[in-house]
Amino acid sequence: MTTPVLISLKGISRTYRMGGETLHALDGVDLDILTNDYVAIIGSSGSGKSTMMNIMGCLDTPSAGQYTLDGEAVSEMTGKQLASVRNRKIGFIFQSFNLLPRVDALHNVMQPLVYQQVSYRKRKKRAEEMLERVGLAGRMGHQPNELSGGQRQRVAIARALVTAPSILLADEPTGNLDSATTVDILNLFDELHREGQTIIMVTHEPDIADRCHRQVRLKDGQVIEDVRSGQPTNSSL
Amino acid sequence: MFIFLEAFRSAMRAISASKMRSFLTSLGIIIGVASIIAVVSLVQGLEDSITSQFEGYGSNSLFIQQRRDNYGRLIGDLTDDDLIKLRGIDGIAAISPQTFVFEYNGVHYEGTQHSADVVGVMPDFSEMDNSYPEIGRFINTADANSRKKVAVIGPKVRDELGMPENPIGEFIQYGPHWLKVIGVLESKGQMMGQDLDNYVYIPYPTAVGIMGYQAQPFVIFVARVADVDRIDAITERVRSTLRRNHGLRADDENDFNIQSSDQVLQSIGQITQIITWVFGGIVGISLLVGGIGIMNIMLVSVTERTREVGICKALGATRADILLQFLLEAVIISLIGGVVGLALGYGLGAGVANLIPNFPPSEVPFWAIMLALGFSSGVGIVFGILPAAKAARLDPIDALRYE
Repeated sequence: MTTPVLISLKGISRTYRMGGETLHALDGVDLDILTNDYVAIIGSSGSGKSTMMNIMGCLDTPSAGQYTLDGEAVSEMTGKQLASVRNRKIGFIFQSFNLLPRVDALHNVMQPLVYQQVSYRKRKKRAEEMLERVGLAGRMGHQPNELSGGQRQRVAIARALVTAPSILLADEPTGNLDSATTVDILNLFDELHREGQTIIMVTHEPDIADRCHRQVRLKDGQVIEDVRSGQPTNSSL
Repeated sequence: MFIFLEAFRSAMRAISASKMRSFLTSLGIIIGVASIIAVVSLVQGLEDSITSQFEGYGSNSLFIQQRRDNYGRLIGDLTDDDLIKLRGIDGIAAISPQTFVFEYNGVHYEGTQHSADVVGVMPDFSEMDNSYPEIGRFINTADANSRKKVAVIGPKVRDELGMPENPIGEFIQYGPHWLKVIGVLESKGQMMGQDLDNYVYIPYPTAVGIMGYQAQPFVIFVARVADVDRIDAITERVRSTLRRNHGLRADDENDFNIQSSDQVLQSIGQITQIITWVFGGIVGISLLVGGIGIMNIMLVSVTERTREVGICKALGATRADILLQFLLEAVIISLIGGVVGLALGYGLGAGVANLIPNFPPSEVPFWAIMLALGFSSGVGIVFGILPAAKAARLDPIDALRYE
């Protein structure tokens, strides 16, 4: 039995023009991500990690190559379709949390559902469930600046998961957290993975990368290493 | 509808998050709309008051005046002979000249002076002007024929001069002339800043005698036609009678003007309309300035919230979602300005009308309310679209990186 391919990158390149020079941020990347994969993308700064995340997250479009996400040919899509894919299929977690300021935790988590035209009552219910799931039942009415870093990242995780996305993209999710909180958040990721969530995480810390079941190393916009240290577990335990 | 409601929700959230700034932003609109409404309400109040005064004459009145040339000088004359000829026209029920005498300052009674308008009229005037005596009688034909120095006075004149309650037979002095009081009119109150009880009516021939040396006194003939449906035909008869009487040839211009009270109302309406538009235009400039203020603040706001826009796009917001949110924000700010300005202008107009003595009460017509609200939301759309489009166009990656 083969595990279905969730993300397929074929010959993905991304070039930028800087003055007269052409910069290859990604240079012909081929990569398949399977359902329930738990992937760490590692590499030095400037290796193309972020560009790859942006492309997989549909925030950026490749200059060349084919990107298929969950059976949909993303590289052919219009801006409006990309927005819809971001909304339905992708959950983002950022290093700097990127919560909406002046908006409490509950409404932050409700926001992605606004773009799915979910009614207020249903939004609220699903957001509350998700915040309970990440252990913030008592913090729903707090604004981001009233929460600790770990709590903020939990809100961000709840927000990423509230749409039940196919894939969770985390860009250095613990980069701004102390070590104790980092362990908490990573335990949460492990848990989500056990429940069947596909997770792709950018990190530069070997300890964190070791917890993932697959490490993809980038250098100069190319995949130079792809090591699997565990099998994707099946979601139907 | 859903997307609209949600955009409204987030726009309101953004506005209430920075109340002071939103208020200052809408201040330009508030001032603009308030001044429009204040001016319009005052002009409308004035127009209504003038109109109701002329309506007192009824739509069956004709006003015949000497024509003025381009320098405001009187051309032609309206003579006693004209009056007699016009009275002979079939269909004219009543006609009276009306001339204001400005020879001397005020009237006197036993050492008390009071300034009142002295007007020369004929007996028909009483009925046409709805001026009926409460005590005594009005001027009659005998008074007119023999140029009697008699006067019918308004109740205010009597009171101000300290005359007895029944002043019939008393004499008031106008310059060197002694006028015997033969009647006191019923009180009519005030209209359009004029005290209608402050007149001294004397026989028209007497007035002409007092003004003796003036070659051309300013006279209006007020005529009432018996049948209002025939007013056009009768106007034509008046015109041809006067032309013949003045010896005008076929290609001469009229040296008089004939207006029905409808025409007078129309020209008053035209004047107030011009005033309204001129002031409206001036105030429109202030709305333009207010709109630029909104655009300025919205541009700053978009820059400030670049990262927020990036987050929303990462969460799945389309360009339309972002555009609508920022556009609605601008529209709401200026619409709130419009509503506040409306209330403020209403108060301002009422206050000014109260402050100026004898000024009629202000009135805000419905169209002005719709115009103010429509204009302010229009300003919001016009000046909000550019910043909103700028926000919608932001690249999500750049926006997320923005510090």
